[in-house]
Amino acid sequence: MPELATDVERLTLVIEIGGMPVRVHTTDPRFLAMLQDRYAGFVTSSEHAEITFDVDLTPPQGADPDAPVRVTHHKGRWTLERGDFRAEWQPASRTGWIRQTANPYSIDAVLRIVHTLVLARQGGFLLHSASAIRNGKAFLFAGVSEAGKTTISRLAPPDATLLTDEISYVRKQDSGYIAFGTPFTGELAKLGENVSAPVAALYLLAKGKENRIDPIPPGEAARSLLANLLFFAEDEDLVQAIFHSAFEFVSRVPVSRLTFVPDARVWELIG
Amino acid sequence: MSRLYMARNPRVAARSLDGEMMIMSSRDSTLFTLNRTATILWQSADGTTPLDEIVEHRIVPEFEVDPAAALQDAETLARELASHEILQISEQPILPRNPVAGESWAKGSTTGESR
Repeated sequence: MPELATDVERLTLVIEIGGMPVRVHTTDPRFLAMLQDRYAGFVTSSEHAEITFDVDLTPPQGADPDAPVRVTHHKGRWTLERGDFRAEWQPASRTGWIRQTANPYSIDAVLRIVHTLVLARQGGFLLHSASAIRNGKAFLFAGVSEAGKTTISRLAPPDATLLTDEISYVRKQDSGYIAFGTPFTGELAKLGENVSAPVAALYLLAKGKENRIDPIPPGEAARSLLANLLFFAEDEDLVQAIFHSAFEFVSRVPVSRLTFVPDARVWELIG
Repeated sequence: MSRLYMARNPRVAARSLDGEMMIMSSRDSTLFTLNRTATILWQSADGTTPLDEIVEHRIVPEFEVDPAAALQDAETLARELASHEILQISEQPILPRNPVAGESWAKGSTTGESR
């Protein structure tokens, strides 16, 4: 009798960002290789994973990555949707699935969303900001598009370790905060280093005619932080959690405005 | 003239920082920063103290304004806060665990200063 079916080999990769390992299963070796390249430096050999996703690759069919993201929670199950992917995650079982075409952007969006959901419950967050370590301390540089995140990252001196030029990973720990490197890139298209350090300051970026640091009132600090947080979930509890996390952060970490001209001397003020 | 009562929406997140009251809608993450008068209304919105008493005891003494004009302005502001689902307003006292009050938060639209 000929065999009617054969086992399909299940390939595995563990991507660890912010100290949280996520296992990805796929049956497509080319997709696996793509992920290994995309997340180089963040792939671990860890047996343990906080979440395991099965990726179901679909044929290309006009998926729209610019469609709005929708993240909803119902009966213990998160549903994540955008034009180019659909995913589900059940925290209780630590498992989920992702349906997408064979591209690195969809799973990247899923990972960002899942990390925001996990961090929100722990007092942390993902922030639209560049970040770097200097002299053992992490510095965050927040701002909207064109604020200067990529520029300040490019200007970083050799003794600074770039954590990201686009999305900072901030985890609450004891009485302070730790910033981790991320593979979530912006214009620089360069992965951050997979290291971490205590957060010493958050700078709100502004381009100007001189390099200077100015204090800002606490209310403005909280508003600016909230405006730059990544958060997608339509979930009242998590919205409240992230709101209070922002206030907690500005009460513990100095927040200032960093006005800078685009040259490397701005880093003389940092560290 | 009927009296107006106000209660805070328990589904918004609120925090006072350095004298500024900030409120975020849990439904759509819209962030509001309240001015001083709106902050007084928010802090006084216990569901049982009528608006005219709040104006008389909190707003008129603080701002030294004409009571009638202050009440009219406060009512306009209270209705605006209600339209953003920050406050619930009613011509009857709003008691805790009032199921009708609970239902009312699911209605209406929210706009305003966004994140």
